[in-house]
Amino acid sequence: MTRTTLLSGAAALALSATGAAAQNACTTGNTIEDGVLTIATGNPAYYPWVMNDDPESKEGFEAAVAYAVANEMGYSDDQVVWTRSSFDQAIQPGAKNYDFNLQQFSITEARDEVIDFSVPYYSAAAAVLTRQPTADAGATNSIESLSGLKWGAAASTTAPTMIENLIDPEDPLLLYDDSADVVEAMKANQIDASLFDLPTALYLSAVTLDDGVLVGQFPPALSENPDQFGLVLAEGSPLKTCVDAAITALEQDGTLAALESEWLAGATGVPVID
Amino acid sequence: MTVHPDTEAVAPAAATGRTRRQAYEARVRRRSTAVAAASTALVVLAIVTLVPLAPGWEAVKRSFFNGEVFAQTFPTLVQAFLWDLAIFAWSVPMITVIALAVALARDARSPALFPLKLFGMLYTDIFRGIPVILVVYLIGFGIPGLGLPRPWNSPYIWGTVALVLTYSAYVAEIFRSGIESIHDSQRAAAASLGLGRADTMRYVVLPQAIRRVVPANMNMLIALQKDVALLSFIGPVEVLRQAGVFKSLLANFTPYVGAALIFLAVTIPATRYADYLMARQRRERS
Repeated sequence: MTRTTLLSGAAALALSATGAAAQNACTTGNTIEDGVLTIATGNPAYYPWVMNDDPESKEGFEAAVAYAVANEMGYSDDQVVWTRSSFDQAIQPGAKNYDFNLQQFSITEARDEVIDFSVPYYSAAAAVLTRQPTADAGATNSIESLSGLKWGAAASTTAPTMIENLIDPEDPLLLYDDSADVVEAMKANQIDASLFDLPTALYLSAVTLDDGVLVGQFPPALSENPDQFGLVLAEGSPLKTCVDAAITALEQDGTLAALESEWLAGATGVPVID
Repeated sequence: MTVHPDTEAVAPAAATGRTRRQAYEARVRRRSTAVAAASTALVVLAIVTLVPLAPGWEAVKRSFFNGEVFAQTFPTLVQAFLWDLAIFAWSVPMITVIALAVALARDARSPALFPLKLFGMLYTDIFRGIPVILVVYLIGFGIPGLGLPRPWNSPYIWGTVALVLTYSAYVAEIFRSGIESIHDSQRAAAASLGLGRADTMRYVVLPQAIRRVVPANMNMLIALQKDVALLSFIGPVEVLRQAGVFKSLLANFTPYVGAALIFLAVTIPATRYADYLMARQRRERS
């Protein structure tokens, strides 16, 4: 009896020792500034990923995920510092000014050769955004109807490739710098439709466009090559194992799902494209 | 028998039919060519050996000078560049006509034509003063937003309009400087021959003025060829945008280097031609 208690006590001690060691590797020496976790997001950061372009408020899905990952790694909220970066800054060679970067970066094989991705923290459905006149003109959730539309997309996203692969439109794509310009082109009637991740599409159709309509979506579960978002780290970053462990833990204890339902409005009611 | 040092030098020169002065100058030229070659070789050698020693060179090489990515993307980039050439080609005639009209409006000398002169001044002031990219954005999204039907709201049309408006302002100023560089005595002489104002401008002033500003306009053409890429901001997938798409797909900047090479292949010959024209003009004037 005593013996077993002693043994289990020793095992517990050993366990907590490895736990502390793992935490030490995550909290000391490996970040760009010791004892501080520097997290980058877009400039500006968009709703609903970061509310009011203010990640310190912890409001918005990515802001909340970032703090949850930081806490899981052993950082308190006060030890988190935010910075901003563009997509190009995230992939350019040389020293980075962040420990990890999250702004809906889709994980792709080619990108993975240049930078490190964490395990995914979100699998996005891709949704087709159009305006009411296009829907009235007969655009439906069939590939056949969609391929006849005039398509545009934000160039630095995975959307252009997805549109070519999934929809294969008859007219050539028009490409823009960011989602704001895509919406502007849609208002100017230069394009009929564009593809966004579902939360962004919901936001654009409800807030930015007066007459936005989501005619269909490609749900991640049914898609061969789903759009998965990962945290971006510098190639070979020593933090990758810590970040991966944190995200896996958050996924298993249901935190990610809870944050998703808190910040990313339900996608029910958007028909699936077939 | 002692040979005078001069005769020795003169003999070979005389054999090739050159004077001593020419032989000396040829020697100086050879020597400066050799020095220039040696110093260039040294600088190139220094760059080639020192740059790879930088700690980040391997990473830079992988993301900017990646042969595999280059081979994979270059053919598509060349194809996309055809858009740049097409937009350039249809913009140039419009720019020439509008710029000439604006330059003539600014040169209007009759008091009754003052509104025309004022318009010319306002036009050049406004479009020379706004960055091209802003004009492209404002016209490219703004005017189609008024509710034009397709295909009249195409970004190709309104992007071209933005480029033409901006570059006409630049080129108009060049034409005007050419017109003003023609001495007033030419107009006086034309008047004394009985030519009216319009004929003086058409047969006396403009032929000289336009010839005089050809090199300056060549420079504008080169700048225009590069600025065509700004149309990518409002939709067209030309070479800059295509390179950007590859960049974000492959997380690699090599496509930008490929696009730069394509631009250089067009702009370097054009620059050399402009240099040649300018040199020829200098010779004619001196």
